[in-house]
Amino acid sequence: MVAKFDLNDDSVVVIIGTGAGGGVLANELAQKGVKVVALEAGGRYLPEDYLNDEWASFGQLAWTDTRTTSGDWRVAKDFSGLPTWIVKAVGGTTTHWAGASIRFQDHEWKALSTYGKVEGANLLDWPIDGAEMAPWYDKAEEKLGVTRTGNRPGLPGSNNYKVFEKGAKSLGYTQVHTGRMAIQSSDETGNRIACQQTGFCFQGCKWGAKWSAAYTDIPEGEATGNLEVRERSHVAKILHDDTGKVTAVEYFDKDGKLQTQKARIICVAGNTIESPRLLLNSASEMFPNGLANSSDQVGRNYMRHVTGSVYGVFDKPVRMWRGTTMAGIVQDEAHHAPERGFVGGYELETLSLGLPFMAAFLDPGAWGREFTSGLDSYENMAGLWIVGEDLPQETNRVTLSKDAKDQFGLPAPNVNYSDHPNDIAMRNHAYARGVAMYEAVGATRAFPTPPYPSTHNLGTNRMSEDPKLGVVNKWGQTHDIANLFISDGSQFTTGAAENPTLTIVALAIRQADHIATEMAAGTI
Amino acid sequence: MKQTQLTGITRRALLSRSLATWALAVSGAGFIAAPDAAWALEVTVITPEQMATLMQMARDIYPHDKVGDQYYAIAVKGYDSADSKDMVAAGIDELNAAAVAQGHASYLAIGWEKDRVKVLQAIETGVFFQKVRAGLVTGLYNQKEIWPIFGYEGESFSKGGYIHRGFDDINWL
Repeated sequence: MVAKFDLNDDSVVVIIGTGAGGGVLANELAQKGVKVVALEAGGRYLPEDYLNDEWASFGQLAWTDTRTTSGDWRVAKDFSGLPTWIVKAVGGTTTHWAGASIRFQDHEWKALSTYGKVEGANLLDWPIDGAEMAPWYDKAEEKLGVTRTGNRPGLPGSNNYKVFEKGAKSLGYTQVHTGRMAIQSSDETGNRIACQQTGFCFQGCKWGAKWSAAYTDIPEGEATGNLEVRERSHVAKILHDDTGKVTAVEYFDKDGKLQTQKARIICVAGNTIESPRLLLNSASEMFPNGLANSSDQVGRNYMRHVTGSVYGVFDKPVRMWRGTTMAGIVQDEAHHAPERGFVGGYELETLSLGLPFMAAFLDPGAWGREFTSGLDSYENMAGLWIVGEDLPQETNRVTLSKDAKDQFGLPAPNVNYSDHPNDIAMRNHAYARGVAMYEAVGATRAFPTPPYPSTHNLGTNRMSEDPKLGVVNKWGQTHDIANLFISDGSQFTTGAAENPTLTIVALAIRQADHIATEMAAGTI
Repeated sequence: MKQTQLTGITRRALLSRSLATWALAVSGAGFIAAPDAAWALEVTVITPEQMATLMQMARDIYPHDKVGDQYYAIAVKGYDSADSKDMVAAGIDELNAAAVAQGHASYLAIGWEKDRVKVLQAIETGVFFQKVRAGLVTGLYNQKEIWPIFGYEGESFSKGGYIHRGFDDINWL
């Protein structure tokens, strides 16, 4: 029985966004009996709707609202209106993610203490640590059905993985396996169908083998009768009263009509670009710099991981597109070892793109035979992706554009990003290791390719012990406004080397527990 | 495609050169309703010379020797529209002016790819070149008919994925 709540019902928790953060939070609260209205900007797409065709799927799922870019990152030049590759749909980017689910390393919760002050970086320790998060990670791994945790076996290795594994072991790497993946690996160890090695993980799993909030947490939450999801509802502004408490949200409904939903508590989970944008667009007389922004940190410290890809070309076919997109990982470079010339570490993970996206991302803007001779060898390519910790910088930030507006007339976000020298040193190290891996298996050519538009978007409402240094406390509750929470990756204090989804989910489960407890106690 | 073929770029000549694959490409990609009707449109809105120039440009920008002309034609056929007509005319004038500046009669009159590439390099930062290049990224590579030429298999869900069809069949490592 799907719930339906009145616009004037001020007892509900309103959650903005239904991805890894908002979707999980919505279900967890609903399971505890809390009444939730989840407002989702996108439509609802389920496995039968997903398109195994890269551009068609992009047209179906990608967030392509007006955005602008600046800074020295190459994305600003090659994809100036598309800083991110994320999803606008019920379930958010859990539709698109590849499924890699790895925990932070303990030291990564304490980046400032571990790395020390780094010039130009705005490093800070999280107000939580690995020991505090361990039980929440346990719950997150159970929810997502992560392979190589519990009794769940690893996925079998694909062609792309076998090349990657052999190259990695040739270099002496030992932490090499088919990953901890939120993809069902056996019919016996979960409720989803096992992976059929179909590829197109980025386009939504048509088997439902990969965990996505779209077809797990959202319907589970709806089944409680405590969760109403309103699709195609784009939140424009958060309202507050004279005491500074938030009271309601204004949103454009599916017909483009402005509605106001009252709320007891508001949780913002619109992704690291939209969440600070909403707080900034909600500026008022009382909060002229935007909501929860007394620290001036809203929108700052935007992180997107040190990324990049390496493709190796061989004299025989690999057919990397067959099977799981992210089919394996090397973790030997994930530790902190400053003697490599940078702080923090990185993961190497297999990746493949279909021919259409390979043409778009191999070397954007390039043309002529150097470019096309690479594509001519598409069938013989193996590929990997770098995921490393980039450093938070105050000037890497989301701001409101002075000129650009979205389809509702709201100021569009500008995403400014420039690499820190540490990011460049790490990327170059990773490129060299990736090339060496493929050359060790006989690659006749290797291409480092530049970072794609960002899928890992983090840090723009960061968590801090000291209210002057960040936007939210250790529960994701804003320092300034007690009944306003941040529930997505924008609360990350630092980015760590790991794919962020598992941590976003663990934080959301933990936040739900906290909110329900505090509500019961009547403190919020 | 060479200069000598320019005179043969009429609707009928283009069709007769590759009718079989042409019809297949058209029906598979769904870009145009029927090949003959589409080409009637092609030569009535922009000139045959302009279409030949765009096709040559497309091949020089993304040269794949195993990919036939008809796929490059499909990739640029969208410029045969009233909306694009002026942009195409101005862009090709710019291209030919660059060719003349390098001692050639016109871009299409240049016999060698490396000389045409030099002319393209002279205009590569311009709006016309960038529009044509960017359009080709999807216009050329998103034609399902060319995927097998690169070995790419496209979707596999309808066949049950690769779990029993070679996701791990590599045998040369």
